[in-house]
Amino acid sequence: MARIELNGIKHSYLPNPSGENDFALKQIQTVWEDGGAYALLGPSGCGKTTMLNIISGLLKPSHGRILYDDEDVSPMQPEQRNIAQVFQFPVLYDTMTVYQNLAFPLKNRGVPKTEINKRVDEIAEALDLKQDLHKRAAGLSADAKQKISLGRGLVRSDVAAILFDEPLTVIDPHLKWDLRRKLKEIHKEFKLTMIYVTHDQVEAMTFADKVVVMYEGEIVQTGTPEELFETPEHTFVGYFIGSPGMNFIECTVDGTAALVDDVAIPLANSYGEKAMLSGGKLKIGIRPMYVGIHHEKVDDSIAAKVVGVEDQGFCRIVTARFGNHEIKTRVKDTRSIPDGQCWLTFPPDKTKLYSDERLVR
Amino acid sequence: MNKWDNNKAWFFILPVLVIVSFSAIIPLMTVVNYSVQDIFGPGQRLFVGVEWFKEVLLDGRLHEALWRQLAFSGLVLLIEMPLGIGIALMMPKKGWAASASLVILALPLLIPWNVIGTIWIIFTRPDIGLFGALVNSAGIAFDHTANAVDAWITLMLMEVWHWTPLVVLLAYAGLRAIPEAYYQAAKIDGASSWAIFRFIQLPKMRGVLTIALLLRFMDSFLIYAEPFVLTGGGPGNATTFLSIYLVKIAVGQFDLGPAAAFSLIYFLIILLFCWLFYQALQAVGTGEKS
Repeated sequence: MARIELNGIKHSYLPNPSGENDFALKQIQTVWEDGGAYALLGPSGCGKTTMLNIISGLLKPSHGRILYDDEDVSPMQPEQRNIAQVFQFPVLYDTMTVYQNLAFPLKNRGVPKTEINKRVDEIAEALDLKQDLHKRAAGLSADAKQKISLGRGLVRSDVAAILFDEPLTVIDPHLKWDLRRKLKEIHKEFKLTMIYVTHDQVEAMTFADKVVVMYEGEIVQTGTPEELFETPEHTFVGYFIGSPGMNFIECTVDGTAALVDDVAIPLANSYGEKAMLSGGKLKIGIRPMYVGIHHEKVDDSIAAKVVGVEDQGFCRIVTARFGNHEIKTRVKDTRSIPDGQCWLTFPPDKTKLYSDERLVR
Repeated sequence: MNKWDNNKAWFFILPVLVIVSFSAIIPLMTVVNYSVQDIFGPGQRLFVGVEWFKEVLLDGRLHEALWRQLAFSGLVLLIEMPLGIGIALMMPKKGWAASASLVILALPLLIPWNVIGTIWIIFTRPDIGLFGALVNSAGIAFDHTANAVDAWITLMLMEVWHWTPLVVLLAYAGLRAIPEAYYQAAKIDGASSWAIFRFIQLPKMRGVLTIALLLRFMDSFLIYAEPFVLTGGGPGNATTFLSIYLVKIAVGQFDLGPAAAFSLIYFLIILLFCWLFYQALQAVGTGEKS
């Protein structure tokens, strides 16, 4: 078990990176606390897997250091780092039985036979693999195979952290849920640091205590699922999390109001000066579920036109247009939706201001 | 619907049946026909039943040729399979070096069999051949036309040089198809390079190695052009393999009946060995341990 710290990590796959864009990871500074369940969330190609491989040691970063409990492990090989990694596709030793697969990492490390027996037994018990222990691993179902991959990590008593690289990709949907619950159980039982890479927000939100969102080689926000939903630090977080994502509208700011096409939208704080000082491109962002939609004009409402309604069963997504802007709002199934002309409200405490894609506080 | 309608689909296999008849069934049946008759000349023939089979199976010279053939194919497989896998493991994985070594390796495969024989005759000639002259000048007498062991060494060198690249190419393709995650997982599991070879690379190459083994067995078991060009089956009968002996009977002595019976037996031997190899390798793969 360990606390993992990434200290000024940068990585480029090119031999001579020239610009910022040549880096797959740009200046990563983060700490994974001991025993935490983390999800690393981001779109394909944002550097999630690169980061994971750097933590496990499969990849040497171009710059920076990795510390496990304040010990610098940067020069160490993966097998010396006490780390386990589960890959997207189940990796098995086909010719071995389940037992031999689980015992393999211990055998390679010269653990005595009685100890191996004990550990394998324990892990097989925890993962519900006992009845298959002496079957050939190659013949099992995908979820059982993925459990074996996980088991090969868990079986080592000294393991510091387990890294998961989209481990549920090849698992049938109805088994995904079971396996994810199993992972949570394992996390509770073994108190291991777990880092779970995924591009599926539901998976990230249900698995992790803390979600780390990556975008274009940078960590844009670390927080609980709730924090990510309520206060996205970056427009990407707002857009990526939630379905549909946050609404963003370009604006200017005047004191306590955001001006969109000269229409004032009230904000919770007086940002005026700050936002101007940063000099960036300004946007307001609001979650669809917080946008109010009304038949009649109410206070601080904006005139708009309903251009589309999408029925999602438990709710409907209404697309409204004003000026050149499209706003999505989520409406509970029971409420009636205005036809054509409507009035939108933006609750000030839910309306966030972004300057150059970053949240202005 | 009556039975006729139900069975109309059988007509779809007619084209295949016609093609296969001409390419395989009719020639094979001709051989079967010859093998049970004594042919004196056009229009003069006598049905003799299984007499030729008896004669061929009791032929001492055929037994010798068969053992020679088995020894040759056995040696070929023992040398070429490990060597091919070894070279494939050492080859560069990507970049221009990988392409270059693939092309260089493929060169021997493109040369016709009889040309190979001719190249090696000259190469190993004791008087002017690069290899033969060098070895002889080093004080070791080497002459493939006079010495049976030397003839075998020459044939073996030729065969290994000519066909190991096939094993290499197949093994290399198999190796490249192994996903990177296997190596990464093995690294994390602390596996030694031997363990990686034994538990990842070898099992993952099983399919291509089965093909390589079957191809190399069949080809080496049918070897004809190289020993024919090199020594014509000599010195003595030292390199008279099954196919050379067969041609001697069929063309040299014009004994069509025994030659046909011989051909059928030859064919069955190859079929039997291929089946055995295939079964053995399949069993290793699905691995029900006894």
